[in-house]
Amino acid sequence: MPYNCIVLAKQVPDTKNITGQAMKDDGTVNRAALPAIFNPEDLNALEMALEIRDRFGGKVTVITMGPPAACELLRESLYLGADDVVLLTDRRFAAADTLATSYALSCAIRKAGKFDIILGGRQAIDGDTAQVGPQSAEKLGLNQVTYVEKVRDIRDGKIEIERTIDGGSEVVRAPLPLLLTVTGTANEPRPFRTKRLLQYRSFTCAAEIMGKVRKQIEAEGKTPTDPDIAARAKPLIDAATAEGRLLKVWDADAIAAEADKIGGRGSPTKVKKIESIVLKGSDLAWIEPNEEGVKALVKELVEEHIIG
Amino acid sequence: MISKNSVMVFIEQDDGHIADVSLELICRGRELADRLNVTLSAVVPAQRSQEIVARCIAHGCDEVHVAEDARLKHYRTLPFARVVSAAIRKAQPQIVLFGATVVGRDLAPRIASELKAGLTADCTDLQIGNHTEAGGAKEYKDLLYQIRPAFGGNIIATIVCPETRPQMATVREGVMKMTPADPKRQGKVLPIEAALRDEDFVLEILHRERKDKSVNLKAANIVVSGGAGVGSKESFKLLFDFAHMVGGVVGASRSAVDSGFIGKDHQVGQTGTTVRPKLYFACGISGAVQHRAGMQESAKIVAINTDKDAPIFGIAHYGIVGDLNRVIPMLMKAYKSK
Repeated sequence: MPYNCIVLAKQVPDTKNITGQAMKDDGTVNRAALPAIFNPEDLNALEMALEIRDRFGGKVTVITMGPPAACELLRESLYLGADDVVLLTDRRFAAADTLATSYALSCAIRKAGKFDIILGGRQAIDGDTAQVGPQSAEKLGLNQVTYVEKVRDIRDGKIEIERTIDGGSEVVRAPLPLLLTVTGTANEPRPFRTKRLLQYRSFTCAAEIMGKVRKQIEAEGKTPTDPDIAARAKPLIDAATAEGRLLKVWDADAIAAEADKIGGRGSPTKVKKIESIVLKGSDLAWIEPNEEGVKALVKELVEEHIIG
Repeated sequence: MISKNSVMVFIEQDDGHIADVSLELICRGRELADRLNVTLSAVVPAQRSQEIVARCIAHGCDEVHVAEDARLKHYRTLPFARVVSAAIRKAQPQIVLFGATVVGRDLAPRIASELKAGLTADCTDLQIGNHTEAGGAKEYKDLLYQIRPAFGGNIIATIVCPETRPQMATVREGVMKMTPADPKRQGKVLPIEAALRDEDFVLEILHRERKDKSVNLKAANIVVSGGAGVGSKESFKLLFDFAHMVGGVVGASRSAVDSGFIGKDHQVGQTGTTVRPKLYFACGISGAVQHRAGMQESAKIVAINTDKDAPIFGIAHYGIVGDLNRVIPMLMKAYKSK
């Protein structure tokens, strides 16, 4: 029996590989210098969905909310084997916290049609909150299983799952439909398929084209104006439309989202303050790396009753 | 009579055993409640609650909201969410705290979504303070400052929820100090009226396995930790020997764990255990923010590294620039002849 899966994925700055170049002189992170990547655990979620489809049949749809540049994540999803992809983008979604994000995603999921399983990564590496999955499940009135390691079987309308719990593991069985969040150790995401890469790499959306045109004009040393951008982007957009290379894009109106529940307005949490981690200057004493130096250190630690 | 506006703590238990983080939150919650001059309450969904309730009160709770049901022996999302949100609706606390455990991170967002409340994940500190809206249009008194690392641990963010109640947060295990229990303390027990339904129990637990961690990092007075610089599983033996000699335990950085030198139970840092021992040896650990976040509260830090510019020296009290394979034997020799 086939099962339809919807995968929730997010494009994130690659916080795991923050190097010296990515730090500004004042010690803060230069986000622009960080490459945007497919959130790692969302890739595990997509892999799990593709495995379900390969085993039982059905369709895999990837939904992402983000700026037009997130088209890249959708193209990658297509290279990996997703059947359908949707970009949820709108300036009105900006500054959304996890509650507003899960509301927008739940509206999009309702519009996307019939599904059996919704999957997402356990958490995203930029915020590490792990909240959007359970919050989306609640908004859709679905049961949830978080920290999923493995789908054992789907039978008689029920799914059997292995998951991590604190200090151990658990095997659970729950009826469909439901939402799963998937850990990074669940599987090894497959590589891109070359044929699909060639097929989908020129897929794009109007907003992404306009963004690229804007950068191009800036690179030429000119100030981009809206009419300039529109004029240059038009033939490119027309060509993409004619060739069927446009990705599905939904804005707040397309998913019938209520204005006061999205973006900053729909977000109860507010960032009061951001501090870069600055190494606190401690009263560091250098110890000579020789017998005498080390001996003096041990003596001091013993005298201060730090070691017995 | 239920006190409104309290500070409430979700008590995580499994088969009657309370999670450490819940007791840590009661201790911190007590301080917040005193600062706000309100009651501290706990919410306990459990199979049997008597002992749990007694411990909550001894650690500082004034009121304990209890739902007893044989089906609440182990955590499951739907019934626990129903019970806890019923307690919140009834008691209307201004703050609700959860441990940032697998259970807390499964449950808290579910409830926050239902109540349309703000929730901050994985806090490492909680404070009470005022807040002025950007532009100064509106002033808020005594909000909960929810303080947490973000962006891979490279920044510390302070989050507030000015308009919505309750203000909710999950808090990392081990970051709040546990204060001693006082068995003479008195408190009230209040039943939660939550009608659990059969459909709340559609998820069946077929099998469950829990084992205690092979090492108790949190309880150790001395932690000897190794990083990528240790170089191999074999070389970690030196750290075990040294730790054994000084009565400590062995910790590790994420890269040592990821390289397979040592098991994940030993990991110290943002994704591992947070420790605050009397003495912390950082051996061959460069000191990524994620690691520092889990050990910088140690009373004394000794760093051994071949790179004198390693960030770990920025928070160390004693720095030794050298090869740990030479320095640790020297330390052992000096300790033996102390």
